[in-house]
Amino acid sequence: MRRQRHVDVLVVGAGPAGLAAATRLAASGAGAVEVLERDARAGGVPRHCHHGGFGRWGVTGPQYAESLVEAALGAGAAVRTGVSATGWAGALSLDTTGPHGLERITARAVVLATGARERPRTARLVPGTRPAGVFTTGELQQAVHVYRQEIGTRAVVVGAEPVSYAALSALRHAGVEVAALVTEEARAQVSPVRAAAARFGVARVPLVTGAVVAELLGRGRLSGVRLRRRDGRERVLACDTVVFTGDFVPDHELARRGGVLLDPGTRGPAVDGSFRTASPGIFAVGNGVHAVEPARVAAEEGVRVAGPVRDRLAGAGWPSGAVPLVVESPLRWVAPNRVAPGAPVGAEVAEGPGGPGGRFVLRTAEAVFCPLLVVTQDGRCLHRQRVMRRVLPNQGLYLSGSWAGDADAGGGPVRVAVG
Amino acid sequence: MSVTAKGPLPSEPYDVTVVGAGVVGSAIARELAGHHRLRIALVEASGDVGDGTSKANTAILHTGFDAVPGSLEARLVREGSRLLGAYAAESGIPVEPVGALLVAWDEEQLAALPGLLKKAERNGYDEAHIIGADEVRAREPHLGEGALGALSVPGESIICPWTTTLAYATQAVRGGVDLHLNCAVEKVGASSPDGSACHALTTPRGVVRTRYLINAAGLHADALDRRLLGRGEFTVTPRRGQLIVFDKLARDLVSHILLPVPTALGKGVLVAPTVYGNVLLGPTAEELDDKRATGTTEDGLAGLRAKGRRILPALLDEEVTAVYAGLRAATEHDDYQIHACPEERCITVGGIRSTGLTASMAIAEYVVGLLAEAAGPDLDLTVPGSLDPVSMPNLGEAYPRPYQRADLIATDPAYGSIVCHCERVTRGEIRDALISTVPPGSLDGLRRRTRARGGRCQGFYCGAAVRELFDGWGESGAGR
Repeated sequence: MRRQRHVDVLVVGAGPAGLAAATRLAASGAGAVEVLERDARAGGVPRHCHHGGFGRWGVTGPQYAESLVEAALGAGAAVRTGVSATGWAGALSLDTTGPHGLERITARAVVLATGARERPRTARLVPGTRPAGVFTTGELQQAVHVYRQEIGTRAVVVGAEPVSYAALSALRHAGVEVAALVTEEARAQVSPVRAAAARFGVARVPLVTGAVVAELLGRGRLSGVRLRRRDGRERVLACDTVVFTGDFVPDHELARRGGVLLDPGTRGPAVDGSFRTASPGIFAVGNGVHAVEPARVAAEEGVRVAGPVRDRLAGAGWPSGAVPLVVESPLRWVAPNRVAPGAPVGAEVAEGPGGPGGRFVLRTAEAVFCPLLVVTQDGRCLHRQRVMRRVLPNQGLYLSGSWAGDADAGGGPVRVAVG
Repeated sequence: MSVTAKGPLPSEPYDVTVVGAGVVGSAIARELAGHHRLRIALVEASGDVGDGTSKANTAILHTGFDAVPGSLEARLVREGSRLLGAYAAESGIPVEPVGALLVAWDEEQLAALPGLLKKAERNGYDEAHIIGADEVRAREPHLGEGALGALSVPGESIICPWTTTLAYATQAVRGGVDLHLNCAVEKVGASSPDGSACHALTTPRGVVRTRYLINAAGLHADALDRRLLGRGEFTVTPRRGQLIVFDKLARDLVSHILLPVPTALGKGVLVAPTVYGNVLLGPTAEELDDKRATGTTEDGLAGLRAKGRRILPALLDEEVTAVYAGLRAATEHDDYQIHACPEERCITVGGIRSTGLTASMAIAEYVVGLLAEAAGPDLDLTVPGSLDPVSMPNLGEAYPRPYQRADLIATDPAYGSIVCHCERVTRGEIRDALISTVPPGSLDGLRRRTRARGGRCQGFYCGAAVRELFDGWGESGAGR
């Protein structure tokens, strides 16, 4: 038997986005706000990130996660861990499984904050054998920092973006020698200082650019990886551990099972500036919408979704006629990616805790130098914005949301291009 | 009854030893276990049962409609299909009778369908029929453009190959068989400890003595035969099959097993649902000479994707969950190579190709029959014993899994505690597998028993937690 329950707002996922949304909603009197977390503990991915860079100077991931959980509980939200949303029983009803049994929870508004994960070796179609010693950063960090497990002795890290350097730090913490960072790109996608620190610092980790892992070797345990450079030259790097980092993909399974429209670029739920999906009553925030932004950006979105959710609870309508926001090459995706009447992206800036707020997130497929972003609809220019820096793949690229109110909700797709 | 993975082996000779705990060897051991008066061993080179060819196949329970009529394989597949179907229902091995369509993509393939229909009838299967392009499209709306017709084979099913091997091994062990793992047979000699002639199988863990020997060593059956008999009637040339498993969100794209029309070049690439709710694309067919070449290749995967795009274009937009390769024990012969050698007190069960899963129980019956004949009154195989039925944990999506069962969770909250989120595997299931009759020797073994770590994230979320459970159980001594 399933126990039937009702809440006002059901948030799926107790990471930064979900917890921030629940905190704001509960604190502002949105009624019964419940957060479901399938993991045994709340806090999301920051719980495994034992490095700084969260919130204030020196705050580590676990400390940050803990503060988010405390804030949500303090505001009066119910945070239920070890409870998985396993499917939909109606437009706003979710079936759940937990140690206390099965439930069917119906809400007046659902906020999906399901986060993102890294594509594993299999999904990247890396050929070779299937030995032990193959990780993603997510698994590595948990193994090192939460479970304190043996990792290996010599590792290769695939990727050279911020998460790759986080993997490097976890490996060093575990006493694993790192043979190299390997990236297909021409350079590391972090600040030159950070890249140089890894390369010329104490550990002296070489950075191999313009190369891919062409094959995993070894049976039972990994014995090495075969690298292929862009010019076709190959070499084998001996290692017993390989970490596939980055290449994040939104965890969109629940959204998709619920028939929520996805954006083909982000592969997460398509949302407008108020984080409304195409399904009435269902909102989506955080890295489940765009994979992947820093935790504080996800948390800011959680804060900013509170206003639209409260409006919904108060009986506000749901836009029917949102136009898609699409990107042109070399841009890969943009989020939010629907433009709906009455949802200018800048409108919620005041809600943010001093963050940039009210903006679109984009990614580029190749390096662009000081790109001019041009927004058009049906040939009409809505906005032009120069980004005064070099933008690399997997790095944040942001577009002001100020123009969104000028878009014609009855018009064709809005396009973002590099001019 | 015991399962050993390390340490010395019993010195007392066995009556019968089966070499190879794949699906065929395990089925034979189970068949023999019914005869309680015999001392039986099942020895396996790997640290787990079903860890070779049996773990990496296309997971289809065949009707045998396309076998070579009159061959031993045709007969055993037909009988085995019936036997395994009934056994699966009784022991909880997931099976889904989805049916197969052999899709014709050009005129030549379309013209081949009537011949295949006749062949099916000659194989004693009369439920197949030819359907037109419109009906193909109606049944499989996501199929690529240009399908001209199909042979419908409603009796083909998908099955869980892992649970099948495990059920056999579990029942064999409970029925008194000693399962010795990590026992690669390196040398075969003769010994006569108490005056009776015995084979002496040298393994890294010591010597196994046995009066009768059944060679079900799969890829290595030819080598064992040579060591045993000084000759071989066949040579195993491993044929590699690479496969891609797509995510569960692709499952709605396909309803049947979509088989290609066989050509002179082989059976070709199929698209099939799996009982775990995924979609399988493969296999390749590559003749190799390395019996350990179970890796995937860039060309192999690219070739599969190109073929898959033609069959089911939308499939290629879905995320990939797993890629793997298996080796079929192909020989220079067209049929199974099952031979009794009474003077050497041994039976060879070789050349069991991709149909071996389906035929496994029939092969076991056949082999035990040969053994009874070869041994005569020396082995008492006349009194059939009885085995207690086994009830295997359900890995299939077509039946309620523990996380969906309020009754089970009420009795034990561990079944409500999901550890592997992608596959929805609970702590209770992992615990059960770790303390089962044939416990997993590795994380991969645990995956084959529970699906844990086998999903789309491949351990991003649960990998460390599952490893913790696995290692924890080992240290506490509850494992081995």
